[in-house]
Order: sequence, then structure tokens, then C-alpha cells
Amino acid sequence: MAQVSMTVNGKAASGEVEGRTLLSSFLRDQLMLTGTHVGCDTSQCGACVVHVDGQAVKSCTMLAVEAEGAEVATIEGQANADGSLNVIQQAFQDHHGLQCGFCTPGMVMSAAALLKDNPKPSEQDVREYLEGNICRCTGYHNIVKSIMAASGQDVSAIAAE
Amino acid sequence: MYNFDVVKPTRIADAVKELSDSTESQPLGGGQTLIPTLKQRLASPDKLVSLSAIDEMQGVCKGDDGSICIGGATNHATVAAEAGDYPALAATAAHIGDPAVRNRGTIGGSLANNDPSACYPAAALASGATIKTNTREIAADDYFQGMFATALDEGEIITEVRFPVPERANYQKFLQPASRFALVGVFVAKYADGVRVAITGASNDGVFRWTEAEAALSSNFSAAALDGLSLPDGDMISDLHGTGEYRAHLCAVMTKRAVAAAA
Repeated sequence: MAQVSMTVNGKAASGEVEGRTLLSSFLRDQLMLTGTHVGCDTSQCGACVVHVDGQAVKSCTMLAVEAEGAEVATIEGQANADGSLNVIQQAFQDHHGLQCGFCTPGMVMSAAALLKDNPKPSEQDVREYLEGNICRCTGYHNIVKSIMAASGQDVSAIAAE
Repeated sequence: MYNFDVVKPTRIADAVKELSDSTESQPLGGGQTLIPTLKQRLASPDKLVSLSAIDEMQGVCKGDDGSICIGGATNHATVAAEAGDYPALAATAAHIGDPAVRNRGTIGGSLANNDPSACYPAAALASGATIKTNTREIAADDYFQGMFATALDEGEIITEVRFPVPERANYQKFLQPASRFALVGVFVAKYADGVRVAITGASNDGVFRWTEAEAALSSNFSAAALDGLSLPDGDMISDLHGTGEYRAHLCAVMTKRAVAAAA
């Protein structure tokens, strides 16, 4: 067992982990931050995307000990300080960007990473960036629309809901 | 996964020592292939030596001879962002896996694994890159030795990869639509002393050079120079995603596209 310490959503977090403990397991099972979902567990689906030092990563394919000392951001830390939904989350609600919601934490975290680097993405940029995030419900149109809306762009011409 | 210890040395020499201390130890790059492999219990190391904290293996720089030098632990996103002096290489890195995978996966890890459908082996072989390890420098022509096989010895680490910058180059990847790996990928690079063509995804022997195409393109760098050339399908991978014949056909098509895009 090894001691691991990191900052998660702005708060210090630490715990005892095995070498094989995945970051997703540490977040979910030890910190009880179960908003990070594990869908495929084979780094295909992206439901487990979190940010490590500002970069989107698949937390099911990173060892917890590799996040030692890192700044980790999960879906639980995305809302505004007053508890209201942030602009991306609100856009997902407004534009019906989710149905069952399983993939949504990963979608929101990927969207946040995209908009940080590319504040006004094209529809094509959004679709390409979501290559590693799979949704089985929506057909993606409303997810793309939500992210475009979150970037402050007019989405009235994007595929119907 | 079976359990293992993880160590995170900060210097190459310490990583080499950690690897030599145990015969069941294995280096860990970004883990984007190794961790899924461990989950399937296809490997059972007792110790992983993480290379992620070794600063001297990070980053992209320019060598005195104009070549691009990439630290072995540099992730794909960094290469995509910082290898702009070799645009075809940066573009190749920008289309490996997906954004989250590119933030973890490393060039050293990809080349050490030598997956027969990986992109970097084609880039390295077509560029005549030099693979620098903790003990020696290996020419790309000597480095790739078949599917998942390389010239690396046990415990040897790729510390840097050096790419001579071509006059023109392009990489064309035909995606296998489910895995997004290359069903066939062709990297064409035109240097002052000739053209090199490397193909990934197609052959049972892993990445290879198409020497007939290289000869034709060295005298006439145009897609038309490839008319009538074809590869034998006997050594091609045949699976549910495509027959050997189909892959052999794609090799020629993608080579032409790469030349047209580079010209």
C-alpha cells in the first residue's frame, strides 16, 4: 500500500492505495465522488473523464499513484460556488444534451477541457473532440448543440432536438 | 489486475536501476496500452517503473542539425502542439486515439510497444528517425522487428526520438471504424536524398517500408508515379475488419493520397 495525496476540486485529499488502484476507483470508492462514471473500463467510452492538472484524462486508465500531487477536477466540482449549474451544465439541461445521463459527467468534463483551449469551437471541432466520449442515447446532436451554446454561439441552425 | 508496486524515479539512471533490480518489472509510459493489458491479466509485473516524473525525458526541442528531438515520455498532445517544425509529425500525433488518450499516451510507449496498427511506428520509419535509449542510438530501420517486436533489450528505455525534418511529408490513416486504430496508415516523407514510405496496420510483420513505391517516388514525386504498383497480399493481416487483399489495395490508395496531400 502507498499513501497518495492530491487536490480534488480544490480540497486536499489523501488515502492508502494499492499500486493497481485506478484513479477512477480512488475517486469513487475512497473519496465517494461517484459522479465520475466507469462505463467500459477499457478507455473507450469516456464516462470517466476527469481533469488532471487541467488536462482531460480517462481516470479508468490512470493509476491513482500517478496523480500524486496533482490538481484533479471532477464533475462534482463543476457547479458554480452558489450551487447553481455552470454554463456547460446549464446548456446540457437547456438543450436536452442528455437522456439517461450516464455519459454526461464525461461529456461535461470533455466539453470543459475543449472550451478552455478553444473558446469558440466549430461544430466540427466539437464532434472531433468528443471522439473518445460515447453516448448511447442522444445520437450526439444535442450534446454538440449544448456545447456550442455553452460557448456563447448561436445554435438555432443546428440540427433539431 | 494483479497487484504490483509502482515507483516514480525522477532521473533516467534511477529508472534503469529500478528496472534492473527485478526481472518482473516493466516501464510505464502513459499506460494507455499497458493498463488495459494489465486489466486483462495479459501481463503480471511485480513492479511498474513510471517514467512520468523524469523531466529530462519530457518535451520537444530542435537539434543543431535541424532535426526534431522528442523526449521519450512526451505525450501525444504535446507533440501535436509543439512539433510544428515537422507539420506532418504534429498532425500524426494530433490524430492518435482521442484527446484524453493523447494527454497520457507517450511516444516512447508507443514505439516500445510497436503495435502493428499504431501511428508512430510509421512516422518514425518513414522519417528514418533515430531511437535513443539509455544505452545507445538505434536507427529506425534496425529498430522495428515485427509485430510488437523491437530491438530494445530488457530494461532498456527510449529516452528520446530524433526525427530529421523532410522537405514534404504526409500521413494518411484509414480508420478501422470501431477501434479508430489504423486499418492501414501510410506515412510518406520526401527528403533531399530520396523518398521513404512506411506502412502500418497492414502487415503481419508490423510496420514496413514499401521500397518499390519509394523508388518510383524518388524519381517522380507524384501520385501518378505509383500507377501499376501494388503490394502482394500474402503477408497482409486478414481479419474480420478486412481481408489481406483489401489491405494491400488500401496500401496503394493511401500512399497515393499521402503523396497528393504532401505534393
